[in-house]
Amino acid sequence: MPTIEVAGKTIEVDEEGYLQNRTDWSEEIATAMAKEDDCDLTQNHWEVINFLREYYDEYQIAPAVRVLTKAIGKKLGPDKGNSKYLYELFPYGPAKQACKYAGLPKPTGCV
Amino acid sequence: MAKAEFLTPELTEYLTVPHVRAETMAHSRPFVAKPEHQESVGYPGELMDGWEEKAVLKLGELVRGSRALQVFLDSCVKCGACTDKCHYYLGTSDPKNMPVARQDLLRSVYRRYYTFAGKYFPKLVGARDMTKDVLDEWYSYFHQCSQCRRCSVYCPYGIDTAEISMAARDVMDAVGLGQKYSNEIIGKVHKIGNNLGLPGPALKDTLEGLEEDVKEDTGVDVKFPVDEKGAEVLVITPSADFFAEPHIDGLIGYAKVFHQAGISWTLSSYASEAANFSMFIGSRHNLKKAAMRIREAAIDLGVKRIVVGECGHAWRVAYSFWNTLIGPFDFLDPNYPVPQHICEVTYDLIQRGALTLDKEANDDKVVTFHDSCNVSRASRMGNMPGGQFIIPRAVIKASVNKFHDMAPDTIYEGTFCCGGGGGLLTDDLIELRVKGAMPRMQALKQVVDEYGVNYMAAICAICKSQFTKVLPYYKFPMDMIGSVHGLVSTAIQLGTKQ
Repeated sequence: MPTIEVAGKTIEVDEEGYLQNRTDWSEEIATAMAKEDDCDLTQNHWEVINFLREYYDEYQIAPAVRVLTKAIGKKLGPDKGNSKYLYELFPYGPAKQACKYAGLPKPTGCV
Repeated sequence: MAKAEFLTPELTEYLTVPHVRAETMAHSRPFVAKPEHQESVGYPGELMDGWEEKAVLKLGELVRGSRALQVFLDSCVKCGACTDKCHYYLGTSDPKNMPVARQDLLRSVYRRYYTFAGKYFPKLVGARDMTKDVLDEWYSYFHQCSQCRRCSVYCPYGIDTAEISMAARDVMDAVGLGQKYSNEIIGKVHKIGNNLGLPGPALKDTLEGLEEDVKEDTGVDVKFPVDEKGAEVLVITPSADFFAEPHIDGLIGYAKVFHQAGISWTLSSYASEAANFSMFIGSRHNLKKAAMRIREAAIDLGVKRIVVGECGHAWRVAYSFWNTLIGPFDFLDPNYPVPQHICEVTYDLIQRGALTLDKEANDDKVVTFHDSCNVSRASRMGNMPGGQFIIPRAVIKASVNKFHDMAPDTIYEGTFCCGGGGGLLTDDLIELRVKGAMPRMQALKQVVDEYGVNYMAAICAICKSQFTKVLPYYKFPMDMIGSVHGLVSTAIQLGTKQ
């Protein structure tokens, strides 16, 4: 089982670095994962990550890209409520990269 | 999320057949399924003791159970017609991605144990023992076949490599070596009802959001009903249509078509998936189990028709296998095709003049169409030969003014796979996916250069996700790919017909 080390703690992840146990998540882990990808988390990244976590708590699944863009548009302004902006924040794809930092499992299927 | 450590093939003026470069893709291996994924689809958790013997027995069972498989294994004469037909060979130069070589990985084992010559003179006929090296080679190269069946079109004997690749994956699953991507997904369908693992409440929330969006855009109350008993039509669509871009524009298109035609319809939260990855792993019992949810939902909701959304391999499963898997459909209205494709529905309505489409609404686009492999080579639409090519194009041409086809040997039954079909649409195979997309990208580049094409429409969720991911590797914009019903959605005029 692969692991990552964050702040002296060993955390289990899957082959692609997604957390095995969602309860292990902390802001430090998100920051460390982003650092691996040369990504500095700004306030706008956190808006996305926090929204994903809230949505997951309620629905046990990550939100559809459309649901996410709409929510971010409401929070950060209409010019940011589109997938182009989300791809600027998360170049590997908002659904996958942002889910990883948020400690959620990777979305599966034809996506 | 490591950066790409491979070179994207260069697009040249025209497609050339590359020189052979042995073993260039020998390192490509998708993640192995974990024990819980394996068990969720009824297979041993990990590679079992005595797997060699079990694998040979399973192979024998498959050959005895399928006359087609036996003919495919016995009849190859090594003529070479298939060698330059596979997009993975063209994109990787690895000779084991030539269809004949891929078949021989399994054929050599079949010969060793099930033919006279192979039993007594194995070296003379290229027969091999079932060893760990052979199994590793199978795992690598049978996950470099998207089961698109392009090679079978050019084979003078009609040998279908997809059937051989499905058999190989079935054998590997039976001894406890499965692929994580496909098997985890099939397990989710059995448990939750779709590939994503999207539960009912999340589905309803997403659809309510779409109703708001459409209302905001058009001022019209277009409904996205779920679990509505007594609706006329049950729509079975890939769950990517609920989740991903540009898929969701297609779903909005279906809803607008039903709205405008006055047809009552519903989705099902129980059968919320058209895709059936069990076909990719050659597993009949999973194929049936996943499809059965659709029959149960249709009976439970009391619908009269089943319509399938934009999903390539689902249409093959529905069109070619549903009747024997989950039929008879004597409870459905016999006046409509069972099942019916969403493109057939829209096409019929256009023919009858029931929809008003404003082509100018799509005048910012110059469109081409990517034929998806399972629709093209394993199914049909409408009641005319080649309907699966004619009908989607007719729907597009009714919705846009500017349309140009790609080169003739890259469309229709000769279409090139997107590079992500057959259970390969996973990030651990990204190198293969990028390289395998090369022939399609080459054909696309030609129409981009010649006609200014800026939009490629498709009717398959895998194709749409694959192109979104690989187009940027070839310096095309990621949002150049879209749904056929996304075009319909833009063009359709809602409200009272004038």
